[in-house]
Amino acid sequence: MIIRVSLPTHLRTLAQVTGTITLDVPEPVTQQAILDLLESAYPMLRGTIRDSTSKERRPFIRFFACGEDLSHQPPESPLPGEVTSGIEPFRIIGAMAGG
Amino acid sequence: MSTVRVLVGTRKGAFILTADQYRQNWTVDGPHFPGWEIYHITSAPSDPKRLYASQSSGWFGQVIQRSDDGGKTWETVNNEFAYDGTPGTHQWYDGTQHPWEFKRVWHLQPSPTDPDSIYAGVEDAALFHSKDGGKSWSELSGLREVKGNLWQPGAGGMCLHTIVLSPDNPDRIFVAISAAGAFRSDDAGASWRPINQGLKSDYELPDAEAEVGHCVHSIAMHPSRPNILFMQKHWDVMRTDNGGDSWHEVSGNLPSDFGFPIAVHAHEPDTIYVVPITSDSYHYPPDGKLRVYRSRSGGDQWDALTDGLPQENCYVNVLRNAFAIDSLESCGVYFGTTGGQVYVSPDSGDHWVTAVHDLPPVLSIEVQIL
Repeated sequence: MIIRVSLPTHLRTLAQVTGTITLDVPEPVTQQAILDLLESAYPMLRGTIRDSTSKERRPFIRFFACGEDLSHQPPESPLPGEVTSGIEPFRIIGAMAGG
Repeated sequence: MSTVRVLVGTRKGAFILTADQYRQNWTVDGPHFPGWEIYHITSAPSDPKRLYASQSSGWFGQVIQRSDDGGKTWETVNNEFAYDGTPGTHQWYDGTQHPWEFKRVWHLQPSPTDPDSIYAGVEDAALFHSKDGGKSWSELSGLREVKGNLWQPGAGGMCLHTIVLSPDNPDRIFVAISAAGAFRSDDAGASWRPINQGLKSDYELPDAEAEVGHCVHSIAMHPSRPNILFMQKHWDVMRTDNGGDSWHEVSGNLPSDFGFPIAVHAHEPDTIYVVPITSDSYHYPPDGKLRVYRSRSGGDQWDALTDGLPQENCYVNVLRNAFAIDSLESCGVYFGTTGGQVYVSPDSGDHWVTAVHDLPPVLSIEVQIL
């Protein structure tokens, strides 16, 4: 399945990409499958989205798609059809901070 | 003619400053890695084109960058710093034990002879070594066996911020850790011993002369005298003449013996530099005057260096890694401030110029002569 992934600015710079990334993710399409493939294709992103060892999401990283916060969904849960069909990107964003 | 290259790590990126040997007019290149904290950017003494940078972020964690062309291009290398075995625990603020957790790399120290051999000092405090230019990292875990369960983070975090490699003995390594103390290995990092005898922390520790727990801010050595080290402690400027087996105070006539960096002149082993800060409660210079103090007697007798530095309304700090010395015949002295200024003296501290005014807060300074 061709999935679109949107990265925050700093990770786009680190990965040396512009715009959204497309990944061919085998079914079932889950957060874990997307992140495994993303880190394989862009090894410089290892450890910046989730812990390298535990694979837990970093505290100030959030996952969004279709207007919903998926950050607390189990990593192996299937993602919405709009994501798996490539209509909506899987969005990785940095949490809001500041004053 | 020599080119001088200054590597500046800041809260919002890295900057590379260059000048000729007169060190008056500076070109500023950057920011590299804009928006990221660069705790340290440094070079390999054996290959001036090989640079390493510690790039980190509260959102995205730790990245290690390496350049093989003097900073024109960079590549990421391995950023996995896994503690050896079961990480164990250290003292926490409430007196309980707390698991060791990696947060960031504070200091990178390449070997003097091999550009691929590099040490990394991290928070929570530990020492890592890479033999392959950062492609993999292994912890020298014997360090944390030296009463690591008693180490406790200070307000700045429990960081290993200083690594000094002995130039005459590749097996001898010194490190310093905030709120843990100074430590020495004589077997290339396999085993360690605390070297804190003579340090007194009357207001910080229940046992003022404890074996570990002292808040060492930085240590420095002249390569011609590897048994003599100087230390800026939380309070007190200290000196050892026996490789750290014992220390004595050399604060002398300083207006305050609180501060962060300490450095030794390139050609005068008894000439040392500190930047006094008012106190642990007031992290700015006494009386709003930014003064570097120089001792030409290995401590005790200090003179203020002020020519070219702001002498009124100055309330910046100079952090522990933000001070450097060059090796030109007329020794250059460099430091960066939390206000984003980088000051340079081309004559051992007698006169100062401002290389750049308005960078983000400066975390580290290193200098190369090309």
